[in-house]
Amino acid sequence: MSDRPDLPETPPEQPGMSSFFKDLTGAGSQINWRANVLVPALAILSALIAGGIIIAFGDLDTLKLWGSDPGQAASDTLNRLGDSYVALFEGAVGGLGPISETLTRAAPLILAGLAVAIGFQAGLFNIGANGQMLIGGMFALVVGFQFDLPTVIHIPLAIIAALIGGAIWGGIPGFLRAKTGAHEVITTIMLNFIALRLVDYLLTVEFFQLEGRNDPVSKSVLDSARYPKLIDFINARYRVHLGIIIAILAAWFIWWLLYRSTIGFEFRAVGANPDGARYAGMNVVWLIVAVMAVAGAMAGLAGGDQVVGTLGRATPGFVGVIGFDAIALALLGRSHPFGVVAAGLLFGGLAAGGQNMQASTDVGIDIVQVIQALIIVFIAAPALIKAIYRVKADTEAAQVSQGWAT
Amino acid sequence: MELELRGITKRFPGVLANDNVNLTIRSGEILCLLGENGAGKSTLMNIMYGLYSASEGEILVNGEVVHFDGPGDAIAAGIGMVHQHFMLVPVFTVAENVVLGVEPTKGPGGILDISEARRDVTEISSQYNLEVDPDAIIEDLPVGLQQRVEIIKVLFRDAEILVFDEPTAVLTPQEVEEFFSIIRNLKADGKGIIFITHKLKEVLEIADRIAVLRRGAVVGEADPSTATEKTLAEMMVGRPVVLTVDKGPAQPGEVVLEVRDLDVLNVHDHLAVNQVSFDVRKGEIVGIAGVQGNGQTELVEALTGLRESVGGTVRISGQDFTNASPRQIHKASVAHVPEDRQRSGLVLKFTLTENFVLDSYYDEPFSHGIKMNWNRSRQEAERLIEEFDVRTPSSEVMASNLSGGNQQKVIVAREFGRDVELVIASQPTRGVDVGSIEFIHDRIVEERDNGSAVLIVSSELDEVMALSDRILVMFAGRIVAEKRPEETTNAELGLYMAGSTSEA
Repeated sequence: MSDRPDLPETPPEQPGMSSFFKDLTGAGSQINWRANVLVPALAILSALIAGGIIIAFGDLDTLKLWGSDPGQAASDTLNRLGDSYVALFEGAVGGLGPISETLTRAAPLILAGLAVAIGFQAGLFNIGANGQMLIGGMFALVVGFQFDLPTVIHIPLAIIAALIGGAIWGGIPGFLRAKTGAHEVITTIMLNFIALRLVDYLLTVEFFQLEGRNDPVSKSVLDSARYPKLIDFINARYRVHLGIIIAILAAWFIWWLLYRSTIGFEFRAVGANPDGARYAGMNVVWLIVAVMAVAGAMAGLAGGDQVVGTLGRATPGFVGVIGFDAIALALLGRSHPFGVVAAGLLFGGLAAGGQNMQASTDVGIDIVQVIQALIIVFIAAPALIKAIYRVKADTEAAQVSQGWAT
Repeated sequence: MELELRGITKRFPGVLANDNVNLTIRSGEILCLLGENGAGKSTLMNIMYGLYSASEGEILVNGEVVHFDGPGDAIAAGIGMVHQHFMLVPVFTVAENVVLGVEPTKGPGGILDISEARRDVTEISSQYNLEVDPDAIIEDLPVGLQQRVEIIKVLFRDAEILVFDEPTAVLTPQEVEEFFSIIRNLKADGKGIIFITHKLKEVLEIADRIAVLRRGAVVGEADPSTATEKTLAEMMVGRPVVLTVDKGPAQPGEVVLEVRDLDVLNVHDHLAVNQVSFDVRKGEIVGIAGVQGNGQTELVEALTGLRESVGGTVRISGQDFTNASPRQIHKASVAHVPEDRQRSGLVLKFTLTENFVLDSYYDEPFSHGIKMNWNRSRQEAERLIEEFDVRTPSSEVMASNLSGGNQQKVIVAREFGRDVELVIASQPTRGVDVGSIEFIHDRIVEERDNGSAVLIVSSELDEVMALSDRILVMFAGRIVAEKRPEETTNAELGLYMAGSTSEA
């Protein structure tokens, strides 16, 4: 009879995800309040403090002043820090305009974040959100400029096209993984490059290119396919549009799928223990393709949000690095759809606020990237957070029942 | 050398794993540490070996307090450990494995002196009668020899106290005898031996002193010359236990499982199951005995749809189920208790409710279309927790938080909790405490008496003997003997398990 270690210090490993991956992504069954809310919150706080230190001491003139006039230097430093964070905060939530901007930027982040989070829940590392966004966006673009339809049909059609485009681009690495074992990290990264250059090329093809232009700019999406703006009746510059509502509905749908449907049960089982899933009669091969297709569809929707929502057309690399920020915010959101919404709003706010900070102080928007990166470092090292803030470690397995014999 | 544990206490969050344990081991004696799973044996050994640090108490070597920060310190102090799961590099030779980490080198730049390593191995093998070829590749060696390599490894590091964690779990009865003679040699040479086990017979045979651990505390010491299996079992469990399974005679009915000429490949594409044929009838328990790794795993996987067979047929209740999917087999009212509950039987990060519906979630009443019915699932979970006496605060606790015995009960409850015609149970009580073993055995007999056909695969000979109405012995992928438990003995089955094919 084989004897397992009597009392494991951490939960025993199961095949598939390493326990580090599980801890990092937060994928699994239950919401652990401490691990999934407190630690991310403290990670954000820590990152803001560390970012603050960088801002405070990031100015050469003030640093020189410390030698001659430390009092003045200290006050300059504090002012600089205060001005920066006030600008960041005001740019994110200081009024309707900033909130509109925050929501506009949050929408594609939430959708792409869902694409990564679904992968995490199923034990897959989807780094391909950027490529899936590009392809989904191009699908939506074609529907957007090619057909002339009433809005009530045109917008849903563009959305469906974005979903399909993303699902195809996500489904390919899923298929390769399921059938050949090719690791999705490699294939999704490569498909990002392929999508990026494919878009570059397509934008110079006559079918896509804006008439009379030599540079790679697409035709404009017809107004009937554009997501309507939500509050432009107050001020025409408030550009928040239908995309944020779509993003929140999508998050709700993914939550329902993961936690209330048989398909999501299968997704999570495959992620947590593929051998267990196979034993339970689940079709693991099909599931991996399905997971990646659903993930890709969400990213496609994010690409569609850019094309028929925010921009109205496609330009080279029109999704920027949203698909990579999505990895960070899926981690911050602990791979839970609602966590992703919260993290997406935060990152959207940081992006909008960062713009304002850059405009009104001499602190560049790059610091926002630094803060985002620091958040992820703190998330990836929960032991650090627990040590700093003396959060009681409860991720160690405690057996709630002891044996049988009494 | 004398090693003393004084007042060792180890706390995990919410659990007292070791409770003021006092133990002493001297050169030239064999101390058996007896206890159920979860009694705290492994925790104690890990403290002794520097893997965990004790919450309270101290370790003394030759009367002096020592502090171990890691296995390196323990090894330096003369403590060696042979783990249950061998820590060997399968593609390295015996000599390479033995010297790994403390390699002899020659010349500048520290070039590995493999001939020196080979000489060292040969020297130790001849000194302790541990014959093994220093140039053999580990993965080519049988388990018994791999264990020898582990012992040589420990001796090479000059261990004076050797700790063996469940050393006989993977050995045939004959290999166990050889292992015991090795242990006696080591003892004669003045080594101190700590032997961790829960097998009562072995303890009585080999021990000089017996310490019994229960709920983390030493509940008593016993003298092997006066103790009996029954008294030891009672000390272990803390109450009188029934060591035999109480069951009436079988009333076999029609054939439920019919296996003919089955061939199955293992992961290395070698034939692991070779022309196996047998029947299991309604109302009988058929036990498959054999040393682990003789094709039982592959056989069960083929029967349950987890592995494709390459020849032969499997029929269940008259219908062809050769290479059917796990889902199809599940739908044919087959219960499967898998060999490794944590690897495949459970999703540890899921709640008990989720685990209870793990293989039936796709159908009414637990789901409708693609919509899960969690309320109904929770009711079912609560029913099964009640009926199978799973010790848990609620159905919404993660499976990883349960003890091994309770985890196994979750699986047994899930698989037996519905109407089944065929039960396939692999190592049904592996790593489970004595109390749960009794319970699981009773449920298996109950399934039989309710008219199910039951197939048990176990490497635990006593379990096969106690449960089965018919015993099949598997060796090297073949069924080499069929016996009734009342007309055979452990010794005879042991011979078959070791490959003797002549009918006795």
